[in-house]
Amino acid sequence: MTLPATVAELVREFRASGRIVIVGASLAGLRAAEALREAGFTGSLTVIGDEPYEPYDRPPLSKQVLKGWVAADHTKLPRMREVDAEWRLGVAATGLDRAAKQVCLADGERVPYDRLLIATGTRARQWPNAAEAALHGVHTIRSREDAAALQKELAASPSRVLVIGAGFIGSEVASVCRELGLPVTVVERGAAPLVGALGGVIGEIAAQLQRDHGVDLRCGLGVSSLEGDSGGHVRQARLSDGSTVDADVVVASLGSIRNVEWLEGSGLASGFWGLGCDAGGRAFDINGVVTDSVYVAGDVARAPHVLYEYQFLAMEHWDNAVLGAEVAAHNMVNLEPRYRPHLLLPGFWSGQFGVNIKSVGVPPFGDEIVFTQGSVAERRFAAAYGRRGRIVAAVAFDHGKWLEYYGQLIERSGPFPPPPPGWDQPSDSKPMPAEFPARGAPGAAPDVVLTGHDPSERTAEFRPRRR
Amino acid sequence: MRIVVDLNRCQGYGQCVYLAHEVFRLSGQEALTYEPNPDEEQRLHVERAAAACPVQAIVLDRLDGTEGSTTP
Ligand SMILES: Cc1cc2nc3c(=O)[nH]c(=O)nc-3n(C[C@H](O)[C@H](O)[C@H](O)COP(=O)(O)OP(=O)(O)OC[C@H]3O[C@@H](n4cnc5c(N)ncnc54)[C@H](O)[C@@H]3O)c2cc1C
Ligand code: SF4
Repeated sequence: MTLPATVAELVREFRASGRIVIVGASLAGLRAAEALREAGFTGSLTVIGDEPYEPYDRPPLSKQVLKGWVAADHTKLPRMREVDAEWRLGVAATGLDRAAKQVCLADGERVPYDRLLIATGTRARQWPNAAEAALHGVHTIRSREDAAALQKELAASPSRVLVIGAGFIGSEVASVCRELGLPVTVVERGAAPLVGALGGVIGEIAAQLQRDHGVDLRCGLGVSSLEGDSGGHVRQARLSDGSTVDADVVVASLGSIRNVEWLEGSGLASGFWGLGCDAGGRAFDINGVVTDSVYVAGDVARAPHVLYEYQFLAMEHWDNAVLGAEVAAHNMVNLEPRYRPHLLLPGFWSGQFGVNIKSVGVPPFGDEIVFTQGSVAERRFAAAYGRRGRIVAAVAFDHGKWLEYYGQLIERSGPFPPPPPGWDQPSDSKPMPAEFPARGAPGAAPDVVLTGHDPSERTAEFRPRRR
Repeated sequence: MRIVVDLNRCQGYGQCVYLAHEVFRLSGQEALTYEPNPDEEQRLHVERAAAACPVQAIVLDRLDGTEGSTTP
């Protein structure tokens, strides 16, 4: 037999009777399982997830669920097709043995694989002081239990809610509180809400939006400690300027942590920003060599993107999980030249204070911003972000239908400032600095993270771990 | 039943709200929110809404009512 014939035979055999294991049974894990079957994979498929539930959708948790409209167990994801998998739910993967090609589970079992997909996502960063974090009334939101617990407390009319951190999720929580008529204080270390994701110019607009809706917003401040009563219930927070806020519900929305600890010692390129992979979802090992049998998708993945100078992007966005999973699944059961790249133009939405905030591209990649449509005063506008004369992202407040126009410009590396769409132009459309915080500055953890590739970071990322 | 709306795609014109107002709501001008697991009795309305959505942003469960929809 010729080599191509042998390889083709191998792929046929793998598709027919290979063993694929997916770790992480959420959005990316489910969509990958479906895509594998769709691509004709008939071998054995095992999906391992530490949550005891079948896959559910998270975005509604900080919105309609918190508000009390939708029950926390009502966000189960629709199925695109039958997956005929063995679901191992409620058990965590605790290790990966790449030499033996086995996933080690918390119950001691080892599950063998021929190809593995890692889709373990992220978790909420907890309030750093463990004793304070354990006080009743202190919350984070990532899972449906988190949302159910917080919803219950919001429904009991607390005297005041304190939200620590004004990223998207913190801002959405504050918005729900105001819709419920609850007094809310938001403390943000950065200069304004959403600055990490959208920059200071938009952040200022978001700040005004919050204040107009009655949020007691305190920027440029941190929370130094939380204090509880004798019953162990949180009652007060002390801020970095020495002032105090009385609150009996505290929501820490401090960003997320990638679930990569279980990969320690596996020799894969995992670290603070997730597990590195190529644009086809194939994981890198610690030396930067691409692996053949380990793939990654969703919030835990970071991959180079051609539109952004091949920088590694870590995207904690819904569409990135769906499309990344589909691409990884396709590549798991295909061979070059049929590999597909995951070159999604990142997109995000957030509903808060009655405004639909959407973006395309990677705003923090830009350093300038220009308002291109609508009116900031009316909070209906679109703005474009630019870098070195090209458009790299756009944001819209209640102007979502225009994002496609900007998306197409970004994909074509269009000029910045962009040609006016010929409608609805604001009176002042001069580019100005977008005011993103310097890396490492407070509030500098955007949702789409440019994790860069300069030498200092490379050292940190690839330093072999000592045990 | 189970649905998910691809809110990156959604244009917020609200046709779905008009056709299935117990399942879809607009919060403000164009921020769509919805009940992801509506009661079975909403099915006809939801299917009409999905068909009417100009950008096909409403995704319905393709296994609903079959065995596979309940086994995780
Ligand atoms: C409250 C909230 C609101 C959001 N709102 C929006 C929004 O408006 N727009 C938007 O675009 N995105 C939003 N997102 C982000 C979106 O939900 C995520 O991008 C998406 O869930 C990523 O899917 P994933 O499958 O990659 O990861 P995850 O959903 O994090 O799933 C990973 C799964 O793996 C499991 N797991 C982890 N470690 C292990 C292990 N060792 N063994 C077994 N299982 C493990 C986890 O428990 C989890 O079930 C929001 C997220 C949250 C939490
Ligand atoms: S009909 Fe479609 S585009 Fe319009 S609001 Fe509903 S989901 Fe969005």
